[in-house]
Amino acid sequence: MKRFIDFYLTSMKIAILEQLQYRAQNYFYLVGVIAEPTIYLVVWSTIANQQGGSVGGYTAGGLAAYYIVWTLVRQMNIVFTPYGWEDRIQHGKLSMELMRPMHPIHSDVSYFAGWKIVMILFWFPIAAIMALIFKPSLNPTWVQVVVFFIAIWGAYLVRTMIFAVLGLITLWTTRVSAIFELVFALEMILSGRFVPMTLMPVWVQHIAFYLPFQWTFFFPINALVGHPTPLQLFSGLGMQLLWILIGVVAVRIVWHFGVRRFSSVGN
Amino acid sequence: MPAPVINVANLSKHYKVPVREAGLKAATKSLFNRKYNTVKAVDSISFTIEPGEVVGFLGPNGAGKTTTLKMLSGLLFPTAGTLDVLGFQPSRRQADFLCQITLVMGNRSQMSWDLPALDSFELQRAIYGLPRPEFIRTRDEFIELLEVKELVKKPVRNLSLGERMKMEIIVALLHRPKVLFLDEPTIGLDVTMQRRIRQFVEEYNRRTGATVLLTSHYMADVEALCRRVIVIHNGKLLFDGDLSALVDRFSAFKTISVTLANGFGSFRQYGEVLNQDANHVTLRIPREKTPDVTARILAEQQVDDLTVEDPPIEDVIEKVFANKSAEA
Repeated sequence: MKRFIDFYLTSMKIAILEQLQYRAQNYFYLVGVIAEPTIYLVVWSTIANQQGGSVGGYTAGGLAAYYIVWTLVRQMNIVFTPYGWEDRIQHGKLSMELMRPMHPIHSDVSYFAGWKIVMILFWFPIAAIMALIFKPSLNPTWVQVVVFFIAIWGAYLVRTMIFAVLGLITLWTTRVSAIFELVFALEMILSGRFVPMTLMPVWVQHIAFYLPFQWTFFFPINALVGHPTPLQLFSGLGMQLLWILIGVVAVRIVWHFGVRRFSSVGN
Repeated sequence: MPAPVINVANLSKHYKVPVREAGLKAATKSLFNRKYNTVKAVDSISFTIEPGEVVGFLGPNGAGKTTTLKMLSGLLFPTAGTLDVLGFQPSRRQADFLCQITLVMGNRSQMSWDLPALDSFELQRAIYGLPRPEFIRTRDEFIELLEVKELVKKPVRNLSLGERMKMEIIVALLHRPKVLFLDEPTIGLDVTMQRRIRQFVEEYNRRTGATVLLTSHYMADVEALCRRVIVIHNGKLLFDGDLSALVDRFSAFKTISVTLANGFGSFRQYGEVLNQDANHVTLRIPREKTPDVTARILAEQQVDDLTVEDPPIEDVIEKVFANKSAEA
């Protein structure tokens, strides 16, 4: 256990050092990420104003809070992508990872965790500017703040596991990008990324409840900006834990059967 | 006698590869009726390697060398046969096994491109859970041996290919593995850098008693490091024994170089003249006639200097593969 903690801290440190090498690039990247929620925010704020000040229970200030927090949750949700796994497997880059006495997913989780620390630091000034422009309405309780802090890391782990399983499909079939795109489209609709889940039809919300996506986007955002009951907050964390466990088991199973198919091409 | 470190019996690796003719028609047809070929990358090879041995693994491109190394290091699952490295079954990739081996591939990197090598060394320490004092001792020892004290502070992307390879070797050996699989470790390097890497591997083997299995297309690497060689071709084992025995077996000729005190006469009566200038001549002599011919030259000519040499190892290896290709 001590070895793993040491590895995670060292790997996070390496990620921070690497990202600091590319400060300007990271900042421009972050500014680019802001474009997507800003469009959603402007559209929904306009609709809210046209409907007498609110839409689906969200005021303009509530929507501003939703999409500003969205930008942070989005950063937390960035994980090693299925495309990354595809590249690793197709081009034999997985070989060097396989030589290490630990599962490659530990490198991914620790590296991206370190990356996030840099991105969160960069995010603060951008969030402050957005707050000045869009004037969010945000009054969370301390319980909500604590749950949000846990939930953004839970979301990160849920998404890491889902995408690792997806990426590992490359061990069976060479081109899997089409499958990734399908999953990304589902995620866009069923996660709360495109629109808060409470604005979706009830039957969509029911389906989304049983899928992992909303626990990576809507749940952490709503935990901070909405008005969830303590039961909803803790059951949300429970759902995240459940999906993490399902993801870990799925990764182990897929890995067990898939890695023996790895052909380590290109050396 | 200690047990072998590597024990390979009837090891095979076969790949099922889709094949089709060129063109749209063939591509459409392959959608419904896909054909496959079975490629025997490694075909039932057997050998053992004792602790501390440095063995050269030779063969032309596509012979199955790298595939074998990958099976030995646990990257690939064998199709058939048994495999034992340090008492482990490599394909199970147990942490205890992986902590005792290393695989260096000349065209694969373990380093962080944007950071100084020292940071990658630190990550390696954490990966293998090395105690810090031991890590620092090993790291500094390797830095001194390879004379890279200043280079380790530069971002890896700013290093030359040879300098990067030195870093790759250090990072791969920081955990002091007992078995080294080196796949073309000197590929693309200039002769000076090749020599430095060779000397380092030799010194590591001498200091730690590690077992080394090396593939290289540079025969200088093999001659400098390996007494024993294993030769494979088309996945099959052709030869396993001393490098000198390989030369004896596959080279029918020796080269005699003679420097004369006072000019020279005709040397055609001794054998094939390969080269001759003012007072120097090089002859190619059938191996079994070499003692007789040497004695005759010494008796009949005013010799200043005479050397008898085996042909260059490259020529021997080339001949081995050429013979086998012709047989195939």
